[in-house]
Amino acid sequence: MVTEPVVLQAAVDLFPNGISRYVVGGLLVGLGTVLIYVGTGIPAGASTFLESTLSYVSDQPQFQQYVASRDWRLLFTAGIVLGAAVFAVTVQSGLLTSSLYEAGTTGQLYEVAGVTLWTTDVQPWRLFLGGILVGIGTRIGKGCTSGHGVCGVGSASKTSIVGVLTFLTVAIGTAQVVAALGVTP
Amino acid sequence: MFASTASTNASGSDRRVRPVSQDRHPLFGPLVFVGGLVFGFGLAFSHMARPEVVLNFLLFEDLGLLFVMFGAAVVSGLAFAVMPRLRDAAPLTGSPYERRLKPFDRNVLVGGAVFGVGWGLSGICPGAAYASLGVGNVTILWAVAGMFLGAYAQGYWRSQHQSRDTAATSAD
Repeated sequence: MVTEPVVLQAAVDLFPNGISRYVVGGLLVGLGTVLIYVGTGIPAGASTFLESTLSYVSDQPQFQQYVASRDWRLLFTAGIVLGAAVFAVTVQSGLLTSSLYEAGTTGQLYEVAGVTLWTTDVQPWRLFLGGILVGIGTRIGKGCTSGHGVCGVGSASKTSIVGVLTFLTVAIGTAQVVAALGVTP
Repeated sequence: MFASTASTNASGSDRRVRPVSQDRHPLFGPLVFVGGLVFGFGLAFSHMARPEVVLNFLLFEDLGLLFVMFGAAVVSGLAFAVMPRLRDAAPLTGSPYERRLKPFDRNVLVGGAVFGVGWGLSGICPGAAYASLGVGNVTILWAVAGMFLGAYAQGYWRSQHQSRDTAATSAD
């Protein structure tokens, strides 16, 4: 009886936005991966798109090896962008409401033609510099959060599990150091 | 023409040479697109498309993101486990159902660490960045530009490096 409020308080502290939007979102990310896998046998990852798309404009062999898959990877990424746009038009704009969705308070909301859009407060230099490192690291490391994290871990691949533990640990350390240095947001 | 590159590079799922896109089933493209739609909607709904939420996760202020990553891995893991038992090959490609297994080497650690620094600094990973654009985050174009720049830099470097390794067989 004594521990119950403690446990509840811990849950509130660790999950201040609840868990339902995360669970639903994660199931949908998995479902999107499964749809493609069941139809095509391809475990799709998001970061190969960067190199496969560069093959349209660069003759470098490192990019040209992805010529066979570059068209469908472009379609996959277009789907991701548009799927998120559908979310913006429906849930984010309040057209669809759900008790499973917690709106949160991060970033800035703005309106364009009746659609509620969202933009980040994180500073551009962090996004740009971080983006460069993400572009280098995901390609050298053979995968990103979707390739290693979703498909690789889902495959019980030891390589992917080690990859995820590596980038997750380093990311936690980096974010803690950056925050400790007073960089915000 | 690029056979030597493809055989020496173990990083792509493209090693198994697929037929060119003209031979593909007409539903191949639409299915990949719909899969992307669901994937992107999920990233947006979960708020993983927001760098702030990723950073809050990495700072242990909101651990909800665990449910996105592991929820998605469990769902896809079910398909990876079940599909090979149900069918020999995928209907739209004829490809066998295989798990996503990649050879382990030092690159997994080095690349993973570099990715980790970038992820921890920006709160952005590739799929989430594409989805972030979709919810209206124009500022994320900085991250997208950075990712292409980084991918180009490492690809350029590796291309030069590999052509030096295989200089004996390279015509150019």
